[in-house]
Amino acid sequence: MPAEPVIPMPEAPSAEPAPIAADMQWRARHLLDVDSLSRDEIEEILRVADTMREVLERPVARTPALRGVTVVNLFYEASTRTRASFELAGKVLGADVINVTGSGSAVEKGESLVDTLKTLAAVGADVVVMRHPASGAPYLAARTIDARVINAGDGQHAHPTQALLDASILLEAFGCLDGRRVVIVGDLLHSRVARSNIWALTTLGARVTLVAPRPLLPAALAAGPSEHPLALPAVELDHDLDRAIRGADAVMALRIQRERIRGALLPSVAEYARRYQLTAERVAAAAPHAVVMHPGPMNEGVEIAPEVAHGAQSRIEAQVAAGLAIRMAVLFLLARGGE
Amino acid sequence: MTAVEPLRAAAIGARRPQLDGGAIARAITRIAHEIVERHPAPDPLVLVGMRTRGVPIAERLSGLIRAIDGRELPAGAIDISLYRDDLASRGAARIQPSRIPVGIDGAVVVLADDVLYTGRSIRAALDALIDYGRPAAIELAVLVDRGHRELPIRPDYVGKNLPTRRGDDVRVRLEEIDGEDSVTVIPGIGGGDAR
Repeated sequence: MPAEPVIPMPEAPSAEPAPIAADMQWRARHLLDVDSLSRDEIEEILRVADTMREVLERPVARTPALRGVTVVNLFYEASTRTRASFELAGKVLGADVINVTGSGSAVEKGESLVDTLKTLAAVGADVVVMRHPASGAPYLAARTIDARVINAGDGQHAHPTQALLDASILLEAFGCLDGRRVVIVGDLLHSRVARSNIWALTTLGARVTLVAPRPLLPAALAAGPSEHPLALPAVELDHDLDRAIRGADAVMALRIQRERIRGALLPSVAEYARRYQLTAERVAAAAPHAVVMHPGPMNEGVEIAPEVAHGAQSRIEAQVAAGLAIRMAVLFLLARGGE
Repeated sequence: MTAVEPLRAAAIGARRPQLDGGAIARAITRIAHEIVERHPAPDPLVLVGMRTRGVPIAERLSGLIRAIDGRELPAGAIDISLYRDDLASRGAARIQPSRIPVGIDGAVVVLADDVLYTGRSIRAALDALIDYGRPAAIELAVLVDRGHRELPIRPDYVGKNLPTRRGDDVRVRLEEIDGEDSVTVIPGIGGGDAR
């Protein structure tokens, strides 16, 4: 695992009973990870996202719900779909949206994260949507400024809105995830998408099987809840995709980053593709109703075969579309949900 | 549930409703006839109920108009949570999707609600509706008009005018949601602004 700055995160969440959904009053100030969300909170976000989906279908997809709210997209890492969909989500809800990126801002002149955050607070940011290469950076932001903070991806730690949109795709397909089996295959060691998905899916009652070659899937990953800030809930591990995929209700492929292969964690692209690529033949071994997902950007022909990526069982385009409604729901609940 | 709730519930139970099921049925039937008289077939007409209790009223109007002149009028539902003027101070209530089943361009939209009070909800509903298109006209049908308008809004169809004080609570119960039809005015304590 490459050296990477880790900012301390709060300990794992307690198993407190969640409030009754009918009386759901949104309380969370920030969205930093999925591990701090109860099942009711996840379901509330997905329910509000349904309303937002209807807003997007209107001839004029604009509402004044966040009029007077300033949303700052603070991105220290490249992003197309996440940043664009947060920007559009804010605009559809009537917020003022400002984009600040690592390059072309005072960040380039060496301004520290804390100073940048204080500057944004001083100009009146109400919500800061943040992507940062350091795991835990959004937690530092939440402690530093008064604004609401949404984690749009931090290091190898979490990407909560991606996990929520993936969960919404699966709920749309199956209605309820209790007892459904989801296989996640790919670079589980480095994937913040996988980590957040594992929390979201297990919280919603799904059984999750992680599949990868041993160097990308250390046994410690599935040791169950622990003190480690990157600890995961109980999941099954498998190094054999052909075995794990049998009868699965859904299978999600993760992007294989070529630099990991150069880093000698994997022998070769061809060897990875031979054993772990989602091919039509492998997908045929899953349940007949199984859905195929990928958080993007895809390496077609590496972790997923083109005919699977664009096949009848693929929900990959739907994932991108679902992201907008989910991000609208999160912005709305954090900015307007509480007292 | 707060300690006051059981007492209030008892007070409501003891109070006779201002409108019972028969009175409510007559009021909505009269509104249906007025709508048909003003907009005879084949004028394009769309009924839209405001969530929550305007929705069954719009659906009942649709059924009654079908019985009067055979027209099948779509009944939609509109949720105004995203358009409220007190969203910043009060926060979001439980929002639900709107459902407008047909295009409203060029149609007469009859907006239905249970109680007309300050008019602020209607203002929000007008803004929401206009995001769906440009209707020929928007009219307003309410089961109860309790007065105390804060905006220049007036209803086109009224089931019953009920004089109230600002602090009073007007409770509308409808079969589809609450299991019975009734309208009850609960006098306010101390005359504060009603909820």
